[in-house]
Amino acid sequence: MLKEAIFSALSNNSIITAFLFVGVVTALSYWISNHMTNGKIHGSAIAITIGLFLAYIGGYVSEGDKGLADISIFTGVGILGGAMFRDFAIVATAFGVDLKHLKNAGMIGAISIIFGVILSFIIGAIVALMFGYDDAVSITTIGAGAATYIVGPVTGTALSASSEVIALSVAVGLIKSILVMIMTPFIAPYIKLDNAESAMIFGGLMGTTSGVAGGLAATDPELVPYGAMTATFYTGVGCLLAPSILFLIVNTLIN
Amino acid sequence: MVVYGVALLAFCMLVGVFLGDLLGKLIGVDANVGGIGIAMLLLIIIANKRTPFFEINAITKSGVNFWSAMYIPIVVAMAAKQNVFAALSGGWMAVTAGVLVVIISFLMIPLLYRLNNRE
Repeated sequence: MLKEAIFSALSNNSIITAFLFVGVVTALSYWISNHMTNGKIHGSAIAITIGLFLAYIGGYVSEGDKGLADISIFTGVGILGGAMFRDFAIVATAFGVDLKHLKNAGMIGAISIIFGVILSFIIGAIVALMFGYDDAVSITTIGAGAATYIVGPVTGTALSASSEVIALSVAVGLIKSILVMIMTPFIAPYIKLDNAESAMIFGGLMGTTSGVAGGLAATDPELVPYGAMTATFYTGVGCLLAPSILFLIVNTLIN
Repeated sequence: MVVYGVALLAFCMLVGVFLGDLLGKLIGVDANVGGIGIAMLLLIIIANKRTPFFEINAITKSGVNFWSAMYIPIVVAMAAKQNVFAALSGGWMAVTAGVLVVIISFLMIPLLYRLNNRE
């Protein structure tokens, strides 16, 4: 009876449960950060890693596609961590943005988006070739997945790729997004990711909004709006280039 | 009032997403093109406006700042809802492609940065 009451209290108030969940994970992460790493690894980086780990367990247990959010008491985590609230919070971070920085880095930001899409696409396409894919549609779809996990399926659907290849392109994009979340805080000092301009380049090159959002949160929250600004254009540019020009180029090169 | 800040944020986001969808349709892409980026620009412009009729006071600001502060907790929830299981079930090809893309892209950041900052 007690168990049922707890269960229904948590699952009937799912977003509230999510607030508590995130608070507990954050508190635990900062405790680990302070006591076990001497503050060397940022609390948010640990929190994001714990989140990803729980997402793996959630996916394993529930066999769903929303990580921990497929477990009924944690459905609120899926809402709180969904695109709607994520984007709302990203827009809010822009409140402290300095227009001067944006203007200075506007051009290089735009260049980095196009460069980023093409670079990711080429790397994805080469890996697809290495693993034995030899038709233009599959190579293009996997290359598109290396841009983001949205560009992959959009491109694959447009080119009528097989569902297996589309699933693979999503997996490539997911791996990219997860790696960007985890690795960014550690690599940031080596690539001078410490100012508005390099954050805009970073957002444009990586392009995965979740990856960039998570990676910058754990590096320096003040850089978030600059990286997010360019990253939010990336998926659109990818969906524009991959099924059209990039597919035509791959098709010509293959034949 | 606090709700003015929240409403302002909502207004900017909805206008941005609408324009991003429109932009996508115009260039014939089945995706939102930069909607959130446009929303951010809109918020920055409005936040920097000073007119006799319109001023954002401290309490209104707190409505926006709350959501800005909720950003990291939301990102933690976002991490917890990722399809990590599927990502790792994609096999070696997915892992190889993902790792290479991320590492090479990281290396390009200082390169592009220097390109923009040489005399």
